Amino acid sequence: MCRTVDLHQAVLAKNDENALALRGYLGDRGTVAVNLLSSPGSGKTALLEQLLGRAVAGGTPAAAVTADLATENDATRLARSGAPVQQILTDGLCHLEAGMLQRRLEGWLPEGTRLLFVENVGNLVCPASYDLGETLRVALASVTEGEDKPVKYPAAFGLAHLVVITKTDIADAVDFDREAFLRGVQQVNPGVPVLETSARTGQGVDALLAHVLRCAAGDETHVPVLARQHERYLHSHGPGDGNGHGQPRGDGQAQAHGDGPAHSDGDGHVHTAGHPLEREHEHEPGAERSPVRGRTP
Amino acid sequence: MHELSIAVAVVEQVEEAVRAQGRGVETLTLRIGELAGVVPEALDFSFGLATEGTALAGTRLLIETVDARGRCDGCGREAPTGMPPVLWCAACGATLTLLGGRELEIVGVTLTDGPRDGKGPDDGPRAAPSGLPVHDEEAGHVPHR
Ligand SMILES: [Zn+2]
Repeated sequence: MCRTVDLHQAVLAKNDENALALRGYLGDRGTVAVNLLSSPGSGKTALLEQLLGRAVAGGTPAAAVTADLATENDATRLARSGAPVQQILTDGLCHLEAGMLQRRLEGWLPEGTRLLFVENVGNLVCPASYDLGETLRVALASVTEGEDKPVKYPAAFGLAHLVVITKTDIADAVDFDREAFLRGVQQVNPGVPVLETSARTGQGVDALLAHVLRCAAGDETHVPVLARQHERYLHSHGPGDGNGHGQPRGDGQAQAHGDGPAHSDGDGHVHTAGHPLEREHEHEPGAERSPVRGRTP
Repeated sequence: MHELSIAVAVVEQVEEAVRAQGRGVETLTLRIGELAGVVPEALDFSFGLATEGTALAGTRLLIETVDARGRCDGCGREAPTGMPPVLWCAACGATLTLLGGRELEIVGVTLTDGPRDGKGPDDGPRAAPSGLPVHDEEAGHVPHR
């Protein structure tokens, strides 16, 4: 006869504990971690080079940790920005875990670092499951990857606080279907801001850095539906943060437009409009949602 | 695929939880939500590798899957989100609150009658699944393709 033992433990409980500890460690130092997720070849490193360079030039102490299965090429590239950079070699592991990041930061993370960019392993599946103690999770996709990326990888895009489109300088050349992409993003993560960037032309990079800084200051929060219920720690913004429950839809988005760039076709357009059913709201007086480009009345 | 990492985490947690029982584990039940980002078949395969040479060798893995459901913040309508999920309400357009579907939980185990049956070595360090690198406490695995 068998005996049953009830356990009811979260499988990733250990990582979540490590992430919570790491979040506290970073919070004590005034450092905000930004976890960057994308597939290989999305242009994450090129964009990060630009971000680090501009942060340093603008007087924001920034640092980066970049994770790869092998080679230190990315760290070498990023170090040219002048920011402190560390490489984590995962020896084949397809994602970062909080404990790995913590071990890398201890004894290295420079005092006074405001922004810590964490370039996760190039992979949209596995990294999505691991909280790294970050305040801001950014999912990136390049215009060459196909419009259905967000729905193919719902956890990666669904748990993001911000979605960034990269390589937009070649969007027309590759017939990027922006509307379909945005629709997919809003399907898995209603209300998430979307920024368009090009590391080559520099388009959108300043807007992205400004957005990151607003998030770091706690001035802007987006709470993904997927993160609302189960993750006790994931995507919390540190002690005392009140987000995550009962937040009326639109709070975050409304703030996104306060000091954001003009809603022209130019740089840094923050898309926050949702799915087709929301279109009617865009016509309401005082609606603070920005129209998805191409859907403007 | 991160299912091997997950399987290793499961094995470690369960080994620790049942160590004091002095008995083998017959079945181990996991609850996995549709939106947990885990492929049950891959996890089942990984579990076989992860238990090799551990106190859980020979344990049968049972996986309960949970469909994702959401409730509309606007009109209160409850419905499955589908997969890939649609996280806004088809009726009124408001955002949903997720009621379930992201579970990744060890539910529990059943123990064998007597001491474990020796399908794996009882003592000594746990061997890595052959051919896979090991670093820190985690077994390595290949990136998702
Ligand atoms: Zn509704």
